[in-house]
This record gives sequence, structure tokens and C-alpha cells, in this order.
Amino acid sequence: MLLLKILFKNAFRHKLRTVLTILGMTIAILAFGILRTVVDAWYAGVEASQANRLITRNAISLMFSLPISYAEKIRQTEGVEKVSWGNWFGAYYKEERNFFANMAVEPKSHLEIVDELVLDPAQKSEYLKDRRGAIAGRKLAARFGWKVGDLITLKGTIYPGDWDFVLKGIYRGRDETVDESVFLFHWDYLNERMKVQNPLEADQAGFYFIEIQSPEMAAAVSERIDAIFKNSLAETLTETERAFQLSFVSMTEAIMMAIQLVSVVVIAIIMAVSANTMAMSVRERLAEYATMRTLGFGAGTVFILIFGESAVITFTGALAGIALTFPAAGLFRSELGQYFPIFIVKGTTIWLDLAAALVVALVSAVVPAFRAATTPINSALRRAV
Amino acid sequence: MAVPFMYSYRTLWTRKLTTALTAIGMALVVFVFASIAMLAEGLEKTLVETGSPENAAVVRKGAVSEVQSAVTREQAAILETWPGVATNRDGNAFAAKELVVLISLPKRGTDKPSNVVIRGVSPVSLELRPQVKLIEGRMPRAGTNEIMAGASITRRFEGAGLGETIRFAMRDWKVVGLFDAGSTGFSSEIWGDAETLMQAFRRPVYSIVIFRMRSPDKFLEIKKGIESDPRLTVEAKRETVFYEEQSRALATFLRVLGTSLTVIFSLGAVIGAMITMYSAVANRVSEIGTLRALGFGQASILAAFLLESLFIGVIGGALGLIMASFLQFLTISTMNFQTFAELAFSFTLTFRIAVQSLVVALGMGLVGGLLPAVKASRMNIVDALRTG
Repeated sequence: MLLLKILFKNAFRHKLRTVLTILGMTIAILAFGILRTVVDAWYAGVEASQANRLITRNAISLMFSLPISYAEKIRQTEGVEKVSWGNWFGAYYKEERNFFANMAVEPKSHLEIVDELVLDPAQKSEYLKDRRGAIAGRKLAARFGWKVGDLITLKGTIYPGDWDFVLKGIYRGRDETVDESVFLFHWDYLNERMKVQNPLEADQAGFYFIEIQSPEMAAAVSERIDAIFKNSLAETLTETERAFQLSFVSMTEAIMMAIQLVSVVVIAIIMAVSANTMAMSVRERLAEYATMRTLGFGAGTVFILIFGESAVITFTGALAGIALTFPAAGLFRSELGQYFPIFIVKGTTIWLDLAAALVVALVSAVVPAFRAATTPINSALRRAV
Repeated sequence: MAVPFMYSYRTLWTRKLTTALTAIGMALVVFVFASIAMLAEGLEKTLVETGSPENAAVVRKGAVSEVQSAVTREQAAILETWPGVATNRDGNAFAAKELVVLISLPKRGTDKPSNVVIRGVSPVSLELRPQVKLIEGRMPRAGTNEIMAGASITRRFEGAGLGETIRFAMRDWKVVGLFDAGSTGFSSEIWGDAETLMQAFRRPVYSIVIFRMRSPDKFLEIKKGIESDPRLTVEAKRETVFYEEQSRALATFLRVLGTSLTVIFSLGAVIGAMITMYSAVANRVSEIGTLRALGFGQASILAAFLLESLFIGVIGGALGLIMASFLQFLTISTMNFQTFAELAFSFTLTFRIAVQSLVVALGMGLVGGLLPAVKASRMNIVDALRTG
């Protein structure tokens, strides 16, 4: 206790300097925490994916579709429990910048497989009944002020023209990792219109969602499905939902790497600031440490005192930074929710924050402590006089 | 009377460690600022240079990228004979009907696939784009399974070297040529014969029609004509504008990221400068008193300390810029959110970015040094001398 009291007294002997350093540390930890969370948010889709779900798509690339007749063949494959299908619709609401995820899906089987979407039973039956019916996530509905029963017109980019929908339900996520900003509607509605407008694009599914009996069978079932369509006009690529999500994210890996790198740079900046503070403090107090050593305290004690002081500063700053991370993340969620539907500060981020504080404390204490412990006592004392 | 310039400069060197640590903090901020600005610049340069101002690009109405677009054969034929289209040396219409699709290919060294643009081209495609040059091998022959690969594709993707083969759309394609398109987006593409590719992909529509305008300043007239023709459901854009729009989201993202990071990080560095300067003032109270007693005015003291802080800024800024300039040797490849295709671009250092970086560094020095310098200039002469 006495030690802690000395450390605090020492740390706040030069109030302005210490307060500024703590402030710097707070900002750095806040920035570090938010950047880490941005990276986590990027990978949120991968984290949330289910192990017993496969996605089958055209082997050439995502922009090529598969015939709808594949659904039956996939359903008959050993190990497959349920099958649903859908198309990426890629439309926007009113203006191009109002972009969000929207998909045409086979509604009944889709809701059965993707059971993390929680929908009121009355709304669900309404949605299934009306071919023009659509459902939207809670966050998406809030973003555009949509209410159940509203008529919504989307402008297509892949499927040209205006598309009218009636919002029949607003879903919630089963837990906070579920994306609540997706717009879903009947695949039949899209297909009927394609038959008239562009027969080439009719009866085509962009991807199949497949639920398998158990996660261990994923590799075997994927192989079986791909084998059926080998050497056909539309070869398939089946992978787990996780691998599918990861293939998107890994294409933007370079940017995420840069953000991760930058989050380390901010710690390096604050390390320079904190090391500066400690160097100054110790320089001013060299004579004091010399006195202590004259009284018989060893180099170890001197090191503990200096490192402790440094730790008091960095940890005070870090704790304040961590405390601020949560409201900042909240602000991020409300302002940038459309880019980062899932924005949760993870436990690991907090541990990394604390580890950073420890490292900064150690690094900034090492050189000054070494100096305080090794400067000959008489010369240190002489300097003060 | 001004305090000599050398006074501010020399005092920096009396406390090397503190000066160095403060400058390093600033250098890191400048490094982050400069590198992200260079990245956004490189991206924009890549996509703007991808187009030529005298070319027009026609895609399906509402399509944001070439991949989403579809132009039927009939529509393409109408566009080819449009009155505003120039004729080339052979007397043919100077228009290319192209097919653009994405395929996923494994990258060299890893088995991770990434999306690559395949462009089915017409004979005049190369002529329409002077920035694309064949560097090795020859052009793919029409009607054969031959392709040519862009320089950054050859480097990054499995099987894309000269003489190698790539398998997609149930066929093996032989790479017979390598082309270099400088820092444009074409360097990240694979080119083949449009008709052959259309058959292989079973996609009987073109994606885009590009043509040279007879008089580029009449673009708006041509655009109006094309867009009001009832047979066509397309829209026309200048080629430069078309590609620039495709990079807008990514470039904006990078710029917003860069600015917000710089603002937050510079707070840390400013605090570092403040600590240094406050202690510089505190250690030199009697010195300041002496200077004042010698007749230097308050403004001169203020200027001397501000100058000291600005020096630290200059050192930090220069250091950060030197670090960032090494990034020019790097090439980044990432997926463009708007087209879903891989795009390679490099960090580009421009004079403007260099100036901006130094301004950021000086700004940090100024803000960090201001309060301490004010404190120094306001000292009471007698009290200051007594402390010594």
C-alpha cells in the first residue's frame, strides 16, 4: 500500500506533465480499441457463420448463376437436410448511396435454414403469403423509417427497373452477432418478372444455402455436391458458410492489414510521449534516487519505483481509454451502422489494451531506470547541488 | 528585437533524447498521414488514367460497373454505327464491343482465390486504349482459346505467365501475350477474344461499348441522342468519368480513414510536443528572465519558443516523409468494393502530399508549442531571475 502511495505521489509531482501524458495514453488506447473493433467488425460475418451450413455457387465466379433445377439434385444428396436458394439483388433505395444488402430468396426454406432471424409468426405468414412481400432487418427499417405495411420501391442495378415491394415484417437477430440490415423478398417475384423481361436470366439461382445433418460432414457433402455437377455447363463450388464469407473478406485483406498496422503505430506514438515523460521525471530526480541508494536501497527497488510510476500513468490512461471505448463504439454504431452492421468491442480488445499499457510502461521505464540505477552516486548527488 | 534564430536551434540539441522522442512521435503521425494519402492518390490515379477523355463508354442504364452491365448484340450494332463515332485508319467504326466478366483465380503462393476481370475485346480495343502496350508475345488470335494477361496479373496469379495455361469456363486458356498498361486498371485484367469468351461463358450479351468520339467536346449531344433513343436502354459516360466513379467509394473510404486517423493520432503527438516545450520553459526560467532583462520583448520570447517547437515539427515531418517515401516501392492489391474485382495500385507520392504532410507536422509543432511559449513570454522578469 505504501509503495502504491509513493508511486502515485511521485507520478503526480509534476501535475501538468502527468495529466498530459495520461490524456495522450487515453487517446491512444481509445484509437487502438476502435481500430481493433473496426477490424473485428470486418470479420463479423465470418464469426457469425454457422458450421452446419454450406453455400453452393457457380465455380467460375459469383456473378455466374446456376440453374434452378439443381435444387432437387442437391436435396437428394446424402447428408443434405434442407435446401434454399437466392440471388444477390444489388438494388438501392431512392439514391445510389442508399446501398444495403438485398437478396431474393425462396422465403419458406430460407427462414427455416437461417433460423437466427427472429420474425413474429403473424408477420411471417403474411410475408410468405404475398409474392410481393418483403422483410427487412430492424436496423435497416430504422435507417429509412420503414414500417410494416409500407410500399417500398427499389431501383435495380443488376436487374434493371423499379421494383415494388410491400414490407410485411421486420426481423430481429437472435443475438447481437446477427446482421439486422438485410432486405429479403420472394425469389419467385424476381423470377416471374425475369421470364418476361429477360428469359436468359430466368430460372437461375445465384447461390444455394444448404443445411447439412452435422458439421463434421461438411467436407464430404461439399465434395459430393460438386461431383454431381462436374463437367456440366455450370460447375459448382460448394464451401462452408465460413469459407464463403472469408473469401470476400480475404480480398480486402490488404486494407485490414494496414489498419492493424496503424493501430500498432498509435501505440508507438504514445510510447515516445510516455518515454519522454519518464526520461524527464527521472532526470529531474536523479539526486533523489542517488540518496535512496546511499541509504541502502538496491537497484531493483529503484527500478520498481520508476517502472511503477510509469505503470501508474499508463494504466490510468488506459483505463480511461477503455471506459471511453464503449460509448465511442456506440457512436460508431449509430453513425456508421450502414457500413458496420455489427460493431461490438470484444474481450480480447480489452486485454490487448491492457497489454499495450504494460508494454508502454515497461519500455518507457527501462532507459531512465537504467540510468538512475547506474549513474555513480556521487556524480548524481553532485549534479543536484 | 528578435531572439537569434540559432538560439532556438541550438537549445534543441542540448536535450537530444527528449527532442528525438518528440520528433519520432510526430514522424509516426506524418508517416500514417502521408501513407494513406499516397494510397488514395495511387488508387485515383490508377482509375482516372484507365480511361481516355476522347472515349465514351456505354453501359446498361443503372449499371454501376461493367460487370453488372449487359448490352445486347442489336443495341451494340446500333451504337457502332452511331453518327458521333469516329472512324479509324482502316475506315472502320472506331468502336469496341466488349464482354467483361469476373472469374476467381488462385493467387500465386497461396491457394486463396481472388476475383479477376476478364475482358473479351474487339480488334480495335487496343487501338482505342493507347495506354495498353503489348510487351511480350503476341495478341490472342480470334476464335482460339488464347488470352493475354496484364502485368500485375502475371505477377500475382497462378498460371498467368507467358506460355502457361489457366483453366476457367471448362476450357484451358493459353497465355500468349503479356501487356503492360502502366498504372491503370487494365494491368489487373486478362484479355481475350470477345466472341470466343462469350461462347465459353454462354453469355450472349456484351457488357460495354467503347467508342472514340469524332469530336469529344460534343459528348453531351451524343449522350442525349443515345439515351433518348427508344431502341437503347443504356447510358453513356465519358470513359474517364466512368472509371473514376468506380474508385470513388474506395478512395473516399481511404481519405476519411486517413483524415480521422491523422486527427486522432496528432492529438497524441501534440501532447508530446506540449510536454517537451513546457519542460523546456520550466528548465529555463532564469534564462528567460535574463533575456527579458537584456531587453528582448515578450513577442520575441514567444517567437523563440514557438520556433523551437516548429523545429521539432520540421524534423518529425521530414523523418515521417522519408519513411513514407520508401512505400513507393510497394504495390497494394485489394478488392474494389464497387466492382468486386482485384485491383493493384501503388503508393504515389505527389508534391501536394509532401507539402500537406509538412503542414501537418508544422501544425502539430505550432499547437504543441503555443501554450508553453505563451507561458514563457508572460513571465515576470524579477520573479524569473530570482528562481535562478
